[in-house]
Amino acid sequence: MKLGVLCSGGKDSWFACHLAMQKEEVACLISVRSRNEESYMFHTPNTHLVPLQAEAAGLPLVTVETEGIEGAELGDLSRAISLAVEQFGIEGVVTGALLSVYQAARVQRICRDFGLWCFNPLWYTDPEAYMDQLVAAGFRSIITGVFAEPFSPDWLGREIDRKALSGLRQYVRSHRITLTGEGGEYETLVVDAPLFAKKIVILESEKEYANFRGFLQVRRAVLEAK
Amino acid sequence: MILLVDLSWKVRSLSRDEFVGPVARIVSRAGQEWGEAHFSGIREADLRDPHGIILCGTALKDNLFAEKVQEFLWLKDIRVPVLGICAGMQALCLVHGGALRQECEIGMTTVRVTRPDPLLGDRQAFTAYELHSFACDPPPGWEVTAVSDRCVQAVRHPDRPLSGVMFHPEVRNDLVVERFCALCRE
Repeated sequence: MKLGVLCSGGKDSWFACHLAMQKEEVACLISVRSRNEESYMFHTPNTHLVPLQAEAAGLPLVTVETEGIEGAELGDLSRAISLAVEQFGIEGVVTGALLSVYQAARVQRICRDFGLWCFNPLWYTDPEAYMDQLVAAGFRSIITGVFAEPFSPDWLGREIDRKALSGLRQYVRSHRITLTGEGGEYETLVVDAPLFAKKIVILESEKEYANFRGFLQVRRAVLEAK
Repeated sequence: MILLVDLSWKVRSLSRDEFVGPVARIVSRAGQEWGEAHFSGIREADLRDPHGIILCGTALKDNLFAEKVQEFLWLKDIRVPVLGICAGMQALCLVHGGALRQECEIGMTTVRVTRPDPLLGDRQAFTAYELHSFACDPPPGWEVTAVSDRCVQAVRHPDRPLSGVMFHPEVRNDLVVERFCALCRE
């Protein structure tokens, strides 16, 4: 079955892509770039790097832009999926949804309207096992946004390795964040993965941070041999 | 041991982790061991050990199980408690003489309890996650225990411990699966 993977550039969509590739054919990635930082549907900090990730993975990419206004952005997602059907003949869509009924139900409705299958291989996954699996499988994700106490600016740009994972686990206990960041506590960018032929190297970036809220904006990045 | 039956269109499909995995985690958390089988390969030996069976859901577009009712005939004679979830409830109903009709619900819906049932607890109404293209007309004599505005949401056999829910209890209604596990322990 030919599938299109909704890709925000973060760990969940890339891990979902990795799982989908083990079972079916991933024909393309689908990315919606939101201009609204508070987007209800789409991960925003570094979606401009999805084309570089797609190149690293050797996968075609369908991208549309959205203003990120609630309601209207769903129309933009429909447009992106419709383009993927036209251009790559996809029969189904894969998402990295973990717990968000809001996101999952909306994607399910769009898929139903197009007669497409919808897969959410990380749906209600065990957070501990998932994060361990992500690191063990060789996914290198860096934190590009923090939005909750007690994240300090040092977390911006930090790779989620075993040590960082242990720090996140501590915050789960002390501040009740979700380990996966599903509660919106942090956002990630995948810079290397087993399905990437090349890795992403960040050459220039800028941090903005105040009151437990911050972003790492990647200004310049390139692909390098692994 | 509780047997989880995967109703997806093929063995080890991409849907398995979405519809069997979350139920398995609730069963584990409830302190029960579980095993797993695909509906197309259930053998008599698979039915000897379990003291309960859960028929799991499928993707919205995946209704192949409904064309393979002969694969579920073992449900006619089963004596241990069975809980059918969404596609599982549809399979349970079809085998016992019920029917399906097109009726799609996606997302959170209000479910109203119409008849007290230990699996549903003592709430009169609750919200639940729906993901189905078909609704069930229950088999003759089966009791309807909950409904939504669109369709029957929960049914049970009048005499045997066979129950079905159209909503997905693995999403925000774990208690339904936990109560089923408790029932299997009794």
